Amino acid sequence: MTPLWQYTALDIARLVRRGEVSAREVTQAVLEHIARVDGAPGRLLEPGQDPEAIHAAEPGVHAFITLTAERALAQADAVDAALARGEDPGPLAGVPFTVKDIFTVEGTPSTAGSRILAPFVAPYTATAVARLEAAGAIMLGKVNLDEFTFGSSNESSAFQPSPRNPWDLTRVPGGSSGGSAAAVAAYEGALSVGTDTAGSIRQPAAFCGVVGLKPTYGRVSRYGLIAFASSMDTPGPLTRTAADAALALRLMAGADPHDATAVTLPVPDYLAEIQKGVRGLRVGLSPDYFRITRVDPTTGEWHTEEVAAEIRAAVEAVAHTLADLGAEIVPDVPMPHTRYGIPAYFVISRVEAASNLHRYDGVKYGYRTPEPVVDLHDMYRKTRGQGFGLQPKLRILMGMYVSAAQYSERYYERALRVRTLIRRDFEAIFDPQGPYRLDALLAPTTPTPAFAVGAVYGDSVLMQYADQLTVAANHAGVPAISIPVGFDAQGLPLAAQFFAADFREDILLRLAHAFEQATHDAAWRQRRPPILSERA
Amino acid sequence: MADQITPELFAHLVRLAALELTPQEAEYLRRELNRQLEAIHLLEATPIPPETPITSHGVPYTRASRAPLRDDRWRPYRNREALLAQAPEIDAEGYVRVPDIPHEELE
Repeated sequence: MTPLWQYTALDIARLVRRGEVSAREVTQAVLEHIARVDGAPGRLLEPGQDPEAIHAAEPGVHAFITLTAERALAQADAVDAALARGEDPGPLAGVPFTVKDIFTVEGTPSTAGSRILAPFVAPYTATAVARLEAAGAIMLGKVNLDEFTFGSSNESSAFQPSPRNPWDLTRVPGGSSGGSAAAVAAYEGALSVGTDTAGSIRQPAAFCGVVGLKPTYGRVSRYGLIAFASSMDTPGPLTRTAADAALALRLMAGADPHDATAVTLPVPDYLAEIQKGVRGLRVGLSPDYFRITRVDPTTGEWHTEEVAAEIRAAVEAVAHTLADLGAEIVPDVPMPHTRYGIPAYFVISRVEAASNLHRYDGVKYGYRTPEPVVDLHDMYRKTRGQGFGLQPKLRILMGMYVSAAQYSERYYERALRVRTLIRRDFEAIFDPQGPYRLDALLAPTTPTPAFAVGAVYGDSVLMQYADQLTVAANHAGVPAISIPVGFDAQGLPLAAQFFAADFREDILLRLAHAFEQATHDAAWRQRRPPILSERA
Repeated sequence: MADQITPELFAHLVRLAALELTPQEAEYLRRELNRQLEAIHLLEATPIPPETPITSHGVPYTRASRAPLRDDRWRPYRNREALLAQAPEIDAEGYVRVPDIPHEELE
């Protein structure tokens, strides 16, 4: 019999709403599963403490920073009580989920993975989370992330040990929503709410073999999302199935009086949309997404390399499957400004980060230096010096430099104009009167599968280039989804990505769902992360 | 190529950013900034048509999609105590206490 913690969100909601199982039973089962597989939670290290030693002593996925078990059981009891009274408990009744600790949830530590917010207990709940809870979902706790979402491996978190890839605990889960992706892959909850600024939902979803959806910018409210790059941050769901992502998005999306950038456009019934299949959809392939153009930071020379052969083969296999289902594959679609995505991101996101992080000063909330200080400015410097890790400091300093008046035309303004060119690449391919008239673009999500812990961290340029294939969607604002498509020779997940036009998440979900249904019986879909059988 | 961000410029940025760094942090950060600038220089290689406007966010906002402005009405926050409880130091009257600003003797 399948344990309750292995069910999808849709299946759990169905069982709970029909009274076949109680929300408390489901929550209890998931909490017991978490206790078996998660190992030591992330915590601030004392001087001299070694995260590797903690991982060795209490090994596991380490997805969590704060497990809110009592709160979750109380939520479950409330769902069961509503059912007993004959009330509708909501479309996600009893569904356990986790929240990336970049979101405020009232009454919980909301740390952003940083020492500077370690003492902060949020006085309000982010809209995206509140809407899922209002639909009956059960929040299990806050999961780990790169500090302030700055990173692509989760290694930069001040809360250590940082999450591991459930498919291979010596490898990273990706980032910055590493805890979210790892939790979903390890069945610690049926869904997680993450954020994507340069690929931070899609890249960890790819590394961990789960579905990760970056909605259109403005589709989901950012109220309660601790800000990194306000023009690029996008909340979205990570799940094990496309249908679960469809339901989660429908519940999270929509206008919000708390967020002026949340659009007022109606939210489609994505669960109904995904039944439409893919016959007749025009899906493009671009050579610009099968290569990485990268600078050697010491010599200044530019190199182009192809993505890993297994990844290319996996994406081409997706195209074949879609063609068999009646989609039209359109090759050789140009996306000429893809290579400028990371350089432009280095400029734009850092300016926004420097601005958004200026508020952390030890005055009204969060960490304040305990050391004696000479004056207020000394307090700011010591608080921020001690409270921020290296990655925030790096971004703040770059942001200061490229936005300085004497350089801004060369850097910030220029990057914003290059951003227009990146956006126009997408407008051209999706233009219904244009030469390609695509419904979606199919591409790899990442240039490689998950890398080893410690292999890349410290090289800030190489780390950022993990996002080269995802970041263009954040510049342009268009939606994109990463789906699992198989495994490589080492047993690591492989993924593919679809992009669509503004607010066409319905197309993304149709493609993801159709591929999932067509490969439902594939042998690779029977695999489970080794830690599950080791800890049964 | 000589470092674009010299130690002097770096120190200036650190002051602007209100940070205090250890020497090891400073060395690592200055090096990574200069390495990232190598990548950023690629932006200068791409020709940009002169009339290209900036894009401050990818998705255009229209009358149909833009949220309306709300009434300019003051509504007190529902849980003032939760906010004040976050402050590192509060005095008896509910003011947040901080060290004094720097002072400089002028001639």
